Parts: sequence; C-alpha cells; structure tokens
Amino acid sequence: MLALLEQTGRRSLRALDELGYATSLLFESAFWTLLGARWRQPVRANSVVAQMMHIGIEALPIACLLAAAIGFMLAVQSLYSLGLFGAESFAHVGIALALTREFSPLIIGILVAGRSGSALAARLSTMTINQEVDALRAIGINPVRFLVAPALIAMLIVLPALTMCANIVGLGAAGLMVAASLEITFAAFLANTFEVLSAGDLLHGLGKSAIFAVLIAVIAAVNGSLVSGGSDGVGRVTTRAVVHAISAIIVTDMLFGLLTTL
Amino acid sequence: MTAALQTATPSPQPPPRPAAVEVRGLNAHYGETQVLFDLNLSIPAGEVMVIMGGSGSGKSTFLRHLIGLERPSGGSIHMLGADITKLGALEMLEHRRRVGVAFQGGALFSSLTVAENIKLPLREHTGLDEKTMDIMARMKLEVVNLAGFGDLMPSELSGGMLKRAAVARAIATDPKLLFFDEPSAGLDPVVSAALDELILRLRDAMDMTIVVVTHEIHSAFKIADRMTILDRGRILETGTPEAIRNSANERIQSLLNRRADAAPLDPEAYLRRLAGEA
Repeated sequence: MLALLEQTGRRSLRALDELGYATSLLFESAFWTLLGARWRQPVRANSVVAQMMHIGIEALPIACLLAAAIGFMLAVQSLYSLGLFGAESFAHVGIALALTREFSPLIIGILVAGRSGSALAARLSTMTINQEVDALRAIGINPVRFLVAPALIAMLIVLPALTMCANIVGLGAAGLMVAASLEITFAAFLANTFEVLSAGDLLHGLGKSAIFAVLIAVIAAVNGSLVSGGSDGVGRVTTRAVVHAISAIIVTDMLFGLLTTL
Repeated sequence: MTAALQTATPSPQPPPRPAAVEVRGLNAHYGETQVLFDLNLSIPAGEVMVIMGGSGSGKSTFLRHLIGLERPSGGSIHMLGADITKLGALEMLEHRRRVGVAFQGGALFSSLTVAENIKLPLREHTGLDEKTMDIMARMKLEVVNLAGFGDLMPSELSGGMLKRAAVARAIATDPKLLFFDEPSAGLDPVVSAALDELILRLRDAMDMTIVVVTHEIHSAFKIADRMTILDRGRILETGTPEAIRNSANERIQSLLNRRADAAPLDPEAYLRRLAGEA
C-alpha cells in the first residue's frame, strides 16, 4: 500500500514537473517567435515553411481520405437514425454541425498527432541522444528557437487549414451520399447545409484545432527532449508522445465542448 | 660600441600570453552528489591543453562546464574575458559564437549535408551571402582534408571523416578557442594520428587555444603543450607532458601505465550519479 502511494506520488510529481516544462517551452517558443530577431536569433521562415510542408501538404491526401470517410459515415448514420422517425430530410443539420464543430478538428488532430507529433518527438529525442542538441547550444543556437518554435508555428497554421479542408471534403462526401439517398441535387444539399451552418460553428472547430496544434507540438517537444537511454528511449518517448497527445486532444475536446456549447 | 652593446643584450623573452581560460574553485553537483571538487586551471592562449582521466574521472563533466552546457554549483570560469558562470542565457548564446566544439561522435545534424552543417553557424551568426558561405565551407573542408565531400550526408561518412567534418563546423566562425571531446575515440591508429596532426596544425596556423578531453594516452602526449590529470572529480596534477610522465603520483602512473585500479567502485555513488545525470 505504502509502495503504491509512493509510486503515485512520484508519478504525480513527475507529471507536474513535465507540465511546468511544457509551459516554459510554450512561453520560450513565443518569446523567440516575437522577440528572437532582436537578439539575432530569429525563427527562420524557411524552417516554418519546411515544417508546414511536412505537417500539412504531405498529410493532405490522407487527411482528405479520412475526412471523406467520416463525412460519408456521418451521412449514412444520420440518414439511418433520422429515418427511424421519418426525418431524413434534416440529415444535413446533424452532418454539418457534427462535422465542422467536432469531427473535422478531432480527426485532423489525431492524424497530425500520430503522424507529425511522433515525427517531432522522434527527431528531438534522436538529436538529443546524438548530442546534436548540445551541438546547437555549443554553436550558440537556442534549440527551442531552432527546433520547437518552427514546428509550433507550422502546426498553428496548418491544423486549422487542414481542418477547413476536412470540412469541405467531408461535407462534399456527405452531400453525395445524402443527395443520392434522398434524390435531391448536390446543390440543394449544400444550400440547406449553408443555411444551418454559421461562422460561429466553423470558428468553434477551427479554434479547437488551434488548441490541438499547441498540445501536439508541446507534448512532442517535452517527450522528445526528456529522452534517456539509447534507441529504446527514442521508441519509448515517441509512443508516449502520441498517446499523450491523443489523450490530451480528446479530453480537451470534451472540455472545450462543455465550456462553449452548454 | 652601440652595435656591440646591441649584440651583447640577450633577446627579450616573449611576454607570457594571457590565459584564454581561467578556472577557479569549480565545484559541480548532479543532484546531491558532488562530481567536481574545487578545480583550478589556467590555460594560456595558443596552447593545447589535454585533460586526461579514466572513466568516471569527471573529465566529460568538466568539459560540459567549460563549454557552458552545465552550470557549476560554485567557482568561476573566465573565458575570453568573461566569467561564463555569470552570463545570462542570451549573453551565453553570444559567448558561444566565439568558441568551437567538436563532439565525440561528431554530432553533425543528420538532416543536413556536410557543407550545410558547416554553413549553419555562418548562416546563424553572420550576414554573409550564400556564395561566400559556400566558399568558406569549401575552405574549412580543405583545412580538414575533406575537400569534395561537402555534398555528402553525415551518414555517408566514416568515423574519422565525421570527426574531421565536425572540426570543420567547429572552426567555421574562426573561433579563438576550440574544444575537442575524445577526438581519437573509436578511430584506428592511422586516422587518429591524422586527427592529432590536424589539432597541431590548427594551433599553429590559426593560433587557436585548444582544449582536448581524452583518455588516449599516446595521442595526448603527442599533441599536448600541457596536461591536466583528473581523478574522481579532482585535479591530480597539471604540467608539461614530461612532468606528467615523471610524476610521482601513483594514480597518474597507474593511468599512464594502464594498471588496473585497485580501489573498488562504489556502486551506490555510481548509481546516484547516473540518476543525477539522467
């Protein structure tokens, strides 16, 4: 019993320690982004663009595929469940709101956490083990400015952009299904959808995706820099980064929904 | 008469060069375990100082303090006119631009070519245009005998080439002070000898002060102007290679003659230190 309490205490302290480190990383990234140029340590635009290419452009095909699948699935389930009450014609309401407010940011967040969060954690941890991070510091380059800030900025730009793409593709896929099932035109589906969809709904989803971007980047950076051991350490922190990021995304999604919807 | 007097006057000795590095009363802890004990060391400009010691002697920890990767718990390190233990984070970044470090495994950035690795400090710290940086990268590669290898990725280089490429990056901004961490480790004798020659050439041709941390005895005696022997976090002796070779200190003789250490390793102290380092 005592051992269990001790272990819980140790884990809690470690979690607090990591939370503090995550906060300092976030503030340090903001500092270098806003004031780095003044200290001849600017966050390089080409580093941000390179990260955007990796996180955004390279992920676009799989993001579109997932968004189409989600849109299609939402349409199928909405038509089925509303059909039980003879209300299939209102399917567009649930689809539009669920997709833009919930599913697009969530699925894109999970995709980017798995794809780019893991890559960032693996890169940082490998660089730490190979003394590349020490080398950066020895050269006089702040590692947070050079490695973390560009990834954070890129995620902040790319995640909302990918979410917007997912909205368009998802609604398109859902529209095709609904139009075919209800024998209405695709244009009619879109017109009905835009009637119920407000800018606030879109901003709700995009705001979430911006929060997810910060969570993914910071969690990956914390895990990547706290690596210990050799190659097994890299594997461990990479897995940990993905699990923590996805868990944080889902919990934050719930809290965000609770605080802003009810 | 005047000419005779001039002939009779002995040629004046060159004034002693100022210390490039001055360590005073340096103490360091990992957690609650003290790992460096009251270290005092003066390294004159233009000298190759070799810091030697066996495993666990604290030489790598000492190096990390010298290059500012760790903060000491006490004492001072004056380097190129500044006490680096008192520098703020931003001042430390400025200071590091004037110091070069070649890490044990090279620590080249694996996502960049060799030439890009060398250009990185130039790109970050100078306003040079791309063409000038290309020329400078080629020049540095020539200094380390790697001309023509700039377009290769670090993963395509051998161990010796990696270390030489790391030296090229370390001297990219023409620092006055250069640190080497185990330059000969893992290299065959021929490659190791070439690296020793390179270190001496850098001292003579570029008037650099060079600090080398190593446990390779042969290499150390070849390159050192002076040597410092560390043991269990304490300096045993500092002197010329000849003085060190003739030292009466038993532990120094054990190290130089590769005699097994009779003192048992304290496992608890080792684990505490390991936990502190992790």
